[in-house]
Amino acid sequence: MSALLRQSRVLKLGGIIAVFAVALALPAISPDPATTNIAVFTMMYVGLATAWNIMGGYTGYISLGHAGFFGFGSYTLGLLLAHLGVAAGYTPFLLVPVAGLGTAVLAVAIGWFALRTRAATFVIVTIAFMFMLQLLAENLVGLTGGGGGLSFPVPPWGGDYFNTPYYYAMLALATLALAVSWRIRRSKFGLGLLAIRDDEDKALAVGVPTRAFKLTAFVVSAALVGMIGAVYGYYVTYIYPQFVIDPLIGISMVLMVFLGGLGTLSGPVLGALILEPTQLWLAYNFGATRLYLVLYAGVFLGVILLLPRGIVPSVMELIERRRARAGPSASTPAKVAAR
Amino acid sequence: MTLVLEAAVLGVLTGGVYALMASGLTLIFGVMRIINVGHGALVVLGAYLSFAASRSLGLDPFATLVITMPVMFLLGVLLQTVFIRPLKTDREALSVLVTYAIALGIEGLLGYFFTANYRQLHAWYDTASFPVGDFRVTYVYLFGFVLCLAILGAMFLFLYRTTFGASIRATMLNRTAAQLIGIDVDRVAAVAFGIGMATAAAGGVVFGITNAFNPGSHYDLISRLLTIIVLGGLGSLRGAVIAALIMLVSEDITSVVISPVWASFTFFVILIAVLIVRPQGLYGVRVRERL
Repeated sequence: MSALLRQSRVLKLGGIIAVFAVALALPAISPDPATTNIAVFTMMYVGLATAWNIMGGYTGYISLGHAGFFGFGSYTLGLLLAHLGVAAGYTPFLLVPVAGLGTAVLAVAIGWFALRTRAATFVIVTIAFMFMLQLLAENLVGLTGGGGGLSFPVPPWGGDYFNTPYYYAMLALATLALAVSWRIRRSKFGLGLLAIRDDEDKALAVGVPTRAFKLTAFVVSAALVGMIGAVYGYYVTYIYPQFVIDPLIGISMVLMVFLGGLGTLSGPVLGALILEPTQLWLAYNFGATRLYLVLYAGVFLGVILLLPRGIVPSVMELIERRRARAGPSASTPAKVAAR
Repeated sequence: MTLVLEAAVLGVLTGGVYALMASGLTLIFGVMRIINVGHGALVVLGAYLSFAASRSLGLDPFATLVITMPVMFLLGVLLQTVFIRPLKTDREALSVLVTYAIALGIEGLLGYFFTANYRQLHAWYDTASFPVGDFRVTYVYLFGFVLCLAILGAMFLFLYRTTFGASIRATMLNRTAAQLIGIDVDRVAAVAFGIGMATAAAGGVVFGITNAFNPGSHYDLISRLLTIIVLGGLGSLRGAVIAALIMLVSEDITSVVISPVWASFTFFVILIAVLIVRPQGLYGVRVRERL
């Protein structure tokens, strides 16, 4: 093992620890609610983008319907709290995994149908399923409250502390998503997913159980999104179908992954850290008029047309080219470390 | 029984309108292999353009098509050239995002200029009706149906009876081969996108007379149109027309037999059935390559 590789590993690990420490200490560093509110949403999207990437990035199956799972998780927790009569406090957080489990079951069913199709048709089918869930949430009035919405118990804490528990819940889920994504990436399962992305028929031919792999990735990705949606519901304390099964939430996580780098581990995190504060800033300053949407669309188009491959892959390529120019011997470990 | 019959007739008439809109969408897919998620927004844009034109010029809504269809055609050529053509790698996924962004942009601009209030196009035929057996049909449905059928017919004539139409169909069949025999596929793609938008303008007028709409109405539209072209088979014009009729007739019948709130749900039920029985759609071909 070369010294260079060891050095880059230490640097990487140090970097990760430093970023994580800042994330942990954030509510103490900047306790004012305006900042922590942005932090909650940004951390939420870090988790959403990372979770989406497990399916979209690794297998190449673009789902535009993940907002459906987000909303489903939200509704599951809300209904659980209402029917079990759980009081506000920290207990609802403990029920978040149950919402994740519920979403996983739903994802098995949806994935079973949707994954009969590929590429373009799959994209369309995921959109359709999202709208189906929205319509169900609206029509099953007896269960969901329909268009009248669903209220969560309001937490007993307040003031500067109000956002903090949600922030840590989002941080925990984002960390979980990252850990899962990292683990998958380094496993044989992950290798199978990447093979599906590159050429599904060849992957099947060499013995990758493509159907089972795709479904597993889809369900894992959806369950994580569902849990994040559950925390979101408890945070905003009032949800209704169009608000929580919002196509814009679904497309935002996708855009973040594309901005950061599809199929990379750090890309979705980077994308979320850049785009969500931008989005919130636009919404805050131009939210009163619909101009906000136009500006967001502009950001959107700029990202895709200028950086179609995403930040992380573009930067990696740049570094590799530099190293290759500096000397062929140095380029090999860099390539390994880049993964 | 009369109610069901009435619903079926209404379904066929509105199905014609959806057939036109879905044809544009499937044509764009066929030529460029991109899913135009912005198609619903383009229909809504068409409705607003007609609304503005009929209000400021005092024109009949249908007459405004003389203006809006060419405008939308040119806008389509422009959008394709500026936003879709530059996509070189991973076109399929990126084009979804680009067209989604176009939809958001249009929604935002319409909201800015026209506010989020619901609008509707008005003409004498939006309430006047004529008798058909035991029930009455509002004129607008008949006019819309005839109009859309005429445009659809013109589109098919163009595609099947002209040289340029042949090059569009050739590009739909095999882009690379078309390029090899000297077809300017970029030009074909731009024109196809323009035609798609022109059909959206025409669909928009009928949609705007028969429905109250606001800038956010495109979500509902696009989920229907996308479901239709999946049922028909992506890239199949014939499939889109037949699927539109099937969908709208079932929707309208569900509306009277079960309940109007469950009408849209028919789309999803049919979609799931299609996914089980024939994932490639009615006229789609199962391809080995990643389509």
